[in-house]
Amino acid sequence: MLLSLEPRGQQSRPMLWLSPLLAALLTLISGALLFAALGHPPLETLRVLLIDPISDLYGISELLVKALPILLCALGLAVVYNARIWNIGAEGQLLMGALAGSALAVHIIDWDSRWALVMTLAVGTLGGAAWAGLCAWLRTQFNANEILTSIMLNYIALNLLLFAVHGPLKDPEGFNFPESAMFGDATRLPQLFEDLRVHAGFYFALLALVVVWVLLQKSFLGFQVKVLGLDKRAAGFVGFREKKLVWIALLISGALAGLAGVAEVTGPIGQLVPQVSPGYGYAAITVAFLGRLNPIGIVFASLLMALLYLGGENAQMAANLPQSITQLFQGMVLFFLLACDVLIHYRPRLKAAGRLKAKGWTKEAAA
Amino acid sequence: MDIDLLTNIFYAMVRTGTPLLLVALGELVCEKTGVLNLGQEGMMLFGAVAGFIAAFATGNLWLGVIFACLGGMLLSQLFALVALGFNANQVATGLALTIFGVGLSSFIGAGWVGKPLTGFEPVAIPLLSEIPLIGRMLFAQDLLVYLSFALFALVAWVLLRSRVGLIIQAVGENPNAASAMGLPVLRARALAVLFGGAMAGLAGGYLSLAYTPMWAENMTAGRGWIALALVVFASWRVGRVLLGAYLFGLASILHLVAQGIGLSIPGNLLAMLPYVATIAVLVLLSRDAIRTRLYAPVSLGQPWKAGH
Amino acid sequence: MSELQHPPRLLLRGITKQYPGTLANDRVSLSIRAGEIHALLGENGAGKSTLMKIIYGVTQPDAGEILWEGQPVVMRDPAQARERGIGMVFQHFSLFETLSVAENIALAMGAAAGTPKQLEPKIREVSQRYGMPLEPQRLVHSLSIGERQRVEIVRCLMQDIRLLILDEPTSVLTPQEADDLFVVLRRLAAEGCSILFISHKLGEVRALCESATVLRGGRVSGDCVPAECSDLDLARLMVGDAEGLEAEYPKAEGGTPFLRVEGLSWHNADPFGVSLEEIALDVRAGEIVGIAGVAGNGQDELLALLSGEQRLARDQGARIRFLEAPMAHLRPDARRRQGMAFVPAERLGHGAVPDMSLADNGLLTAFQQGGLIGGGLIRHGRVEAFARRIIERFAVKTPGTHTPARSLSGGNLQKFILGREILQQPKLLIAAHPTWGVDVGAAAAIHRALIELRDAGAAILVISEDLEELFQISDRIAALSHGRLSPLRATAATSATDVGRWMAGQFDQPTPTAA
Repeated sequence: MLLSLEPRGQQSRPMLWLSPLLAALLTLISGALLFAALGHPPLETLRVLLIDPISDLYGISELLVKALPILLCALGLAVVYNARIWNIGAEGQLLMGALAGSALAVHIIDWDSRWALVMTLAVGTLGGAAWAGLCAWLRTQFNANEILTSIMLNYIALNLLLFAVHGPLKDPEGFNFPESAMFGDATRLPQLFEDLRVHAGFYFALLALVVVWVLLQKSFLGFQVKVLGLDKRAAGFVGFREKKLVWIALLISGALAGLAGVAEVTGPIGQLVPQVSPGYGYAAITVAFLGRLNPIGIVFASLLMALLYLGGENAQMAANLPQSITQLFQGMVLFFLLACDVLIHYRPRLKAAGRLKAKGWTKEAAA
Repeated sequence: MDIDLLTNIFYAMVRTGTPLLLVALGELVCEKTGVLNLGQEGMMLFGAVAGFIAAFATGNLWLGVIFACLGGMLLSQLFALVALGFNANQVATGLALTIFGVGLSSFIGAGWVGKPLTGFEPVAIPLLSEIPLIGRMLFAQDLLVYLSFALFALVAWVLLRSRVGLIIQAVGENPNAASAMGLPVLRARALAVLFGGAMAGLAGGYLSLAYTPMWAENMTAGRGWIALALVVFASWRVGRVLLGAYLFGLASILHLVAQGIGLSIPGNLLAMLPYVATIAVLVLLSRDAIRTRLYAPVSLGQPWKAGH
Repeated sequence: MSELQHPPRLLLRGITKQYPGTLANDRVSLSIRAGEIHALLGENGAGKSTLMKIIYGVTQPDAGEILWEGQPVVMRDPAQARERGIGMVFQHFSLFETLSVAENIALAMGAAAGTPKQLEPKIREVSQRYGMPLEPQRLVHSLSIGERQRVEIVRCLMQDIRLLILDEPTSVLTPQEADDLFVVLRRLAAEGCSILFISHKLGEVRALCESATVLRGGRVSGDCVPAECSDLDLARLMVGDAEGLEAEYPKAEGGTPFLRVEGLSWHNADPFGVSLEEIALDVRAGEIVGIAGVAGNGQDELLALLSGEQRLARDQGARIRFLEAPMAHLRPDARRRQGMAFVPAERLGHGAVPDMSLADNGLLTAFQQGGLIGGGLIRHGRVEAFARRIIERFAVKTPGTHTPARSLSGGNLQKFILGREILQQPKLLIAAHPTWGVDVGAAAAIHRALIELRDAGAAILVISEDLEELFQISDRIAALSHGRLSPLRATAATSATDVGRWMAGQFDQPTPTAA
């Protein structure tokens, strides 16, 4: 290796925020190289991917529609990850939120009171929280690793959802498609503007943002969560209740993911379908890290991620590229981020210089 | 239940358990050196797609196997660079590897979905494969399953009997002491990650070249994650990895059993079984925190740099 | 005989090593003859560890030369050092607990030396010859600390050893065990092996070593013959003219008992841990009680039970009483509310969160103090002010309250942690190893603060491995051995030999008095 790493002694504050930007830049460059290698004009393709989708008002609205569930999930993940509880289960919690909300919504299609929406949202949020609560229970009671349980619960949630749309929740008049009936108007989230799909979930996201920000930056509860994450022994030493904190953090995280799920089915989709989420819950992991587990950082990161989703769809239509380009970029940006983070704690140095010095010393010693 | 059904269940159990066994053996070696690589799912998928494309393009299945291994190794070195070279958080890096592997394999494999391939066929060993109940399970499998038997024996020997096994154990327990003693901690870890990559790639290749000879997005369906649970289940002991892999294999083919005894349960519910079983097993085995601590490599998941 | 015919076994000239932020070794020179027992003296942080790592090839110097038996050499790694006959016994043992004695030794000796099985006879033979019996097949985690040290030494003796480096070897031994070790070392030296003995205990250096090199702040501050120097001379070489070297504090007579521990038994489910048996002690207002003992004899467990990190069932609550109220079942925060305060042995990772700022680390234990929290939100202004008060009052050297705990030196962080507790005006302070790894100046400041708190009427319990410290500051003293506690005695009426015996377990545990 040509480069050697030298400890800085203290972490570099500027790098803390430069690193995500650098990672995004490196992802762009790698993407361009990849496109060139595949015979697509690189700059043109990047434009199709990242600029075209938001070149009009409709595009901006779509960006917000996609960013909302990602933002909600990632805010929740910021809480648990600050406690170093590795909840990988936002996807499953989102699906369970959607499923629980839908289970209620299809039974109250005829209601015309606004309570229908309130109840559906509440049930969905609780569904997500309960699914995360399972992880908390398994961890606090049985010491089971939450990474593995939460990912297993993702698969279980997906299968439950599929079972529901093929069975109990299938629309009896739906020509045997695996979908629920369309929800009643009273259970739908209102749109903010006519002709644009961005919906009232926007306000929930704003609210969640403020709540999580206060929790993490200002509250003593957030302080305890952070101490637990940074130094479990110190948390035990001063008497913070680990189990309680694990429960709270996971319930918050699950509730936000559940809210994201139920907002999808009551908002833009309007019914329960197998593809409620194109991996929003997984994307939120990348977003949470990219945003440095900081609510404000996460806002920007989720907008970027939503743009990648839109771009992926656009690239498929306009440039005939597989839609999975979204995930490819997700993985790349997270990888680059972790690699760039080395610069927070280490200073790169050219190793060649060190070698010469060592040689000089041996000569001196031999003389 | 008649004997034919049992014979078939045993046969399918080993077949289904094989990819789990392969990944779990790789991850076991990796974790023994103190490295937690959560990227198994990503490496498996990339191995599966690389192997499939190579086999499809050349018509040579073994070339496919080699490319599957190389694919897994390639991705594993990304992990090694970031997690070992740059000292990044291993959990986050492993997740990144999985997300990246899922994306990359779908991206590369987009044009290959649903293409037909004649995969590895079972090769029955005369006489031995006629043994009732277990003959088919052990002696009428395809060549990759036999290879997995050999790899299991190799890993078991290395870990339990060889000097390399001692070094692996030492590096995983106390990297500082190992380094003070002059053992190459980072090199041992990087090689273990590389081996883990090869095994995960091979497991992916097994899926796309033998188990269901085709390529489909996310065809590993969480097997990489189940293998991680399996290592916990096995308390980091190699013999139990084998046992666990086949038990999980059994859990995944319970629909066969269900059909055999005439039960009708919706497919989606049955499909949950391996995942539910994984959680159940984690609960049973993790309950005793001290036991887990006794067997888990002490430095598991902790970044390490020389001179700290 | 001339120098040329018999060059020193090891000669270091101008060894310099720079780490980011510190010059660990600054033009250090040192010479050891064959068969010589040579002491390397210095405080924590004086550069002893760096120097020996350089000799053993773990790190490379930036400048300077190493002459081995007259030849300039480069020690690229420990394997090369071992080939030349250099062996090293680390302070924190470099043994692997999950491996057997033979496997540990085989690992260190390299593939050519043979398999663990092949080495077993030689291990038995060598260990017998030097009077340090060892069973090669035993797993290291089942060995006592003293036995583990034997494994390290035997490992070095398995090869043709010409220089044995020991890093603070007696810090894990009782005084009697240390004497046994000295017998082995003298015998080795008589056979021609050179010994580099690293220590900061002056008494044993004088007893064992023919010559000494003293390091201070990375430089050689002097060479001397220990037998011809007084403690004060040596201490001056080690620390310069720091104040507090000779401080003596008047002993105090305690008042009302604040803390009472009776019949405290606790079974440790962790096979690597220690179980406690029938611990009984009391700490009175206005006195300091010291608990001596070699590490790993139940100190961590006792502190965990006293602080509430480890709790007993409610019906056992009265095993620990504070101001007569049962405590043993309460959480740490509940105990702190009653006026108890704790300082754990490990500063980073236990007493302070390394990556949090000093302000946050102040809040860590003081969150129940009036005004730091309001309506569930942190009052950052007051938290800052609290941290500033600690820093000023206890002269903590730091750029500010936002500095992460990790970047403070050991002594400064310890002053901060202790100050954090003292400013909360505890009635009872329990501190483990309060000056471990702290420079003499800071240690003296910490001792003064403890005495001041005592004189203000607080009860103080100090758990320490440093006997000299305990004799200096404690009014009554006892020792822990294998989870049992000796009776408490007035320090003034106790000798170091007595405590040494207790540390080895030679005492009658007081029979539990009928309640």
